[in-house]
Amino acid sequence: MAPQVDALYFFLVALTAFFTLLISGFVVYFAIKYRRRAADETGVPIHGNLKLEITWTVIPLIIVLFIFGWSARLFYTMARPPAGTLDVYVVGKQWMWKFQHPDGHAEVNELHVPVGTSVKLTMTSQDVIHDLYVPDFRVKADVLPGRYTHLWFKATKPGRYRLFCAEYCGTNHSGMVGWVVVLERAEYQKWLAGGAGTGTMAQTGEKLFKDLSCVTCHKEDTTGRGPTLIGLYGKAVTLDNGNAVEADEAYLRESIVNPRAKMVSGFQPIMPTFQGLVSEEGLLQLIEYIKSLKAVPSNATGAAAPPAAAAAAATPGKK
Amino acid sequence: MAGAHATQHPKLQHHFDNLDQQFEASALGMWLFLVTEILFFGGLFLAYLVYRIAYPEAFAEASHELDVVLGGVNTAVLIGSSLTMAMAVWSAQLGKRSGQMLFLALTIGLGLVFLGIKAVEYSHKFEHGLVPGPNFRFESARNPVPAQLFFSLYFVMTGIHALHMIVGIGIMTVLFVMAFKGRFTRAYHTPVEVSGLYWHFVDIVWIFLFPLLYLIDRHGPVGH
Amino acid sequence: MDTAATPHANYLTDGYGLKSWLLTKDHKRIGLLYLISVSAFFVLGAVFAGLIRLELMTPAGDLVESDVYNKIFTMHGVIMVFFFLIPAIPAVLGNFLVPLMIGAKDLAFPRLNLLSWYVYTIGGVFTLWALVNGGVDTGWTFYTPYSSAFSNSNVALVVVGIFINGFSSILTGLNFIVTIHKMRAPGMTWFRLPLFIWAHYATALIMVLGTPVIAITLVMVAAERLLHFGIFDPTLGGDPVLFQHLFWFYSHPAVYIMILPAMGVMSELVAAFSRKRIFGYEVVAFSSLAIAVVGFLVWGHHMFVSSQSVYAAMAFSLLSFLVAIPSAIKVFNWSATLFKGSISFDSPMVYVFGFIGLFLIGGLTGLFLAALAVDVHVHDTYFVVAHFHYIMVGGTIMMYLGGLHYWWPKIFGKLYHEGLARVSAVVIFIGFNLTFFPQFIVGYLGMPRRYHAYPPEFQLWNILSSAGAVMLAVGYAMPTFYLLYSLVKGKPAPANPWGAKGLEWETPSPPPTHNFDTTPVVTEPPYNYAK
Repeated sequence: MAPQVDALYFFLVALTAFFTLLISGFVVYFAIKYRRRAADETGVPIHGNLKLEITWTVIPLIIVLFIFGWSARLFYTMARPPAGTLDVYVVGKQWMWKFQHPDGHAEVNELHVPVGTSVKLTMTSQDVIHDLYVPDFRVKADVLPGRYTHLWFKATKPGRYRLFCAEYCGTNHSGMVGWVVVLERAEYQKWLAGGAGTGTMAQTGEKLFKDLSCVTCHKEDTTGRGPTLIGLYGKAVTLDNGNAVEADEAYLRESIVNPRAKMVSGFQPIMPTFQGLVSEEGLLQLIEYIKSLKAVPSNATGAAAPPAAAAAAATPGKK
Repeated sequence: MAGAHATQHPKLQHHFDNLDQQFEASALGMWLFLVTEILFFGGLFLAYLVYRIAYPEAFAEASHELDVVLGGVNTAVLIGSSLTMAMAVWSAQLGKRSGQMLFLALTIGLGLVFLGIKAVEYSHKFEHGLVPGPNFRFESARNPVPAQLFFSLYFVMTGIHALHMIVGIGIMTVLFVMAFKGRFTRAYHTPVEVSGLYWHFVDIVWIFLFPLLYLIDRHGPVGH
Repeated sequence: MDTAATPHANYLTDGYGLKSWLLTKDHKRIGLLYLISVSAFFVLGAVFAGLIRLELMTPAGDLVESDVYNKIFTMHGVIMVFFFLIPAIPAVLGNFLVPLMIGAKDLAFPRLNLLSWYVYTIGGVFTLWALVNGGVDTGWTFYTPYSSAFSNSNVALVVVGIFINGFSSILTGLNFIVTIHKMRAPGMTWFRLPLFIWAHYATALIMVLGTPVIAITLVMVAAERLLHFGIFDPTLGGDPVLFQHLFWFYSHPAVYIMILPAMGVMSELVAAFSRKRIFGYEVVAFSSLAIAVVGFLVWGHHMFVSSQSVYAAMAFSLLSFLVAIPSAIKVFNWSATLFKGSISFDSPMVYVFGFIGLFLIGGLTGLFLAALAVDVHVHDTYFVVAHFHYIMVGGTIMMYLGGLHYWWPKIFGKLYHEGLARVSAVVIFIGFNLTFFPQFIVGYLGMPRRYHAYPPEFQLWNILSSAGAVMLAVGYAMPTFYLLYSLVKGKPAPANPWGAKGLEWETPSPPPTHNFDTTPVVTEPPYNYAK
């Protein structure tokens, strides 16, 4: 997206330069031409000119509407990740960035991604508001405590790109920086192969699911005291107040930390809160595990390889 | 310069041309002040709106912990005080000193009754652990976190309203003393009029607070 | 009445004791009280700015600890925004001039006016108390939950200080509105009002409508911080972004509180030094009101990357573009006023030329920030810092100084050194550009704001900026000296040294205590130079 943002940016630079010079030119010209020549001289009484007023109202209006249309269209694309992205999960905390890849790789202040692949970040904060900013990719999004925000980009050239926290977050704000490392496909595969060890995010999530005894109520069939989580992700859930919500990441997160906020119809409010008992990383792992629980039993093993990596390998990106 | 106004009403300040202009300025000033007050409370109402939409059940549940009877009595008390306030203004317009004193005293009295009842309600909340903060406990709540949010807003909103009541009672006390000294006449009673506007405003704020805080989900045949 | 017989007493000589100043109800004296206090805060804020520029000369955070640096930029912002820019023009020049320009003897509520200065001072004392007590490190924006739950600094004290100070702004605005409605001299119809008055009327509307919202927002922050009432803290069920909405609902219009009065000064100066009625007077007057109204609907452009919905962002973007139009119209009309004028280059006019150049760049770079896709990149970078300094310093302070030079002879009855005044205006203009233009570039390159240490590739631009700051400091120091000097040694000023129109020039310099010996009767349109 960077070239498109820059095109608009430099159009605006040209526009600014043009109008600044034009109006300053007029001002200087008038100031010299009509400089006061006698102490008691007065100006010519001109009250105004309706045609001129309309002209210099309508022309700027057309210009700004044009810029609005251009920028809004571009923004719309920037706000919507394409299908089949490589997903990475981000937790910001005072004052570091933690990245988790679905395959289990975890990094701090460094994010390795393959070139030419759309990467989607799902981000949350463990404490205050942060903001993940990669200037070279022209992307930025706030990272908020208690909710998930997203950001996506597609790097076109291998290299190391600076990563900043752009929302003031306290003492060491300017130290909350890092790098996005964009690797060639082959090198990325090599990097992936290098010691991850502890299993995929979904597997870690599954372990957590057992350790926290979630499994005692949320069973694979409908006999548990809690609703079954198989095939839940992305489905509509009917609540006890009759409303329906989509079981997305935000809903799953809320249902773990504040289970009684949106009760599933037909169940008792008996689940305790896990706020403070599970870290933000843990929540992401649990969600990744729940996402992996597909409805078709034959498919139910783990999250599998990141689908995006495979999809992206097929089409070298041009953006 | 004072000589220019030698024949004018003693209450006319030097920078006004006449009493009418002075009164109009004071009244406009008070109305503008009330506009600022609307926006002041507006921020709270916005926060209330956002969270009530986010947590409708929790708000209803927390609202049922409030005492509708005491709240209702207080509503009646305040509406009554607005009536006595209006009577005080009327007495001032007629220049009736005894009427002014009587109705101002009644207004002050009703204001104090309101605050007294409010204090009783607050103390109940303290006893029941319904004051937000580390000691908040609301065991019966299905969803205590947003219920606590409700009580945060309840205390801030009613607390600021009560502060306005206290200020109002202070103003009424000053007016009472001035009335006692016979300061208000047919020609000059601006302070009573503009203070009356303030009092009615504080009353109206409560008229909004009462249903928003006390009456969530209490309508209809189902009830709780 | 006949005053010719009595020796002329002006407002400065009407009582000399401290009490005659501290208990004055004269709007002119209160204006001077404000002049002294806002100047003191300006110097303090400027010292913090200097420390920022000093620290940023090198990429490593080597001058002060990051904690200290964060407190420095917070205090710079808090002091400059709340204690200098917001009161600067309205409370000093506005206080002095609004009654004079409309032919009134005082503001409608002189006691409230004095009270507003005390309230301002008390608010300032709280803020300084926080400073002495170790400062505050949240940034002037007080974003939750950092401010309400995480920061270990004196948040509550500063929040209380700003809360109190807000009432000073409310009282001033209320006083102006009532005065402009009810106190105009006979014949002073709405369309005979100087544009300075229109601008202050629009400003006062924002003060009255916006300030209460920041006040209650700060109350909620204080309640959360001190009493642990959950309102914005997500762990207590709150929404930190709600704070941002409430904060910017005031703080964006507050930008117009700062710039609209400057626009009013601009209109006066352009008219006076072109000896000509402002081109399109009515259009300029109504554009002030349009800015005040539309300015309330654009706050969301501060939150384009705060997880706001795409559609909300688009609505705010469109409205932000629209609010640019009335400002553009003003610039066109001011420029057109010069056409066939009689243009002098007296020092206030030099400030006018500086203002036009800087405000053009400041305004046009606002379009970058309204443009969603570009804002995502430059949001919270030095690009934004440069943009708002072009408006706040290049616009507001240029006109504050321009206005101060223009009305100085009226206020004090003394003439200052004209040559030095012109030089200082040029030094400020150049120094300002050198300080802030590089920040656009380094912002576009990606340097985030509020960074104590930064990557070495940004150093060149920061050095240029720091060098410019030195020049800017010299530029600001100059008027301090020659203006103060004029008070002692300056030649006495005539009633109307510029040959300008307006009621304030028809009364002696300095004006008598009650402004006019006889209530003026207005019989002509404003800026009626050609007769």
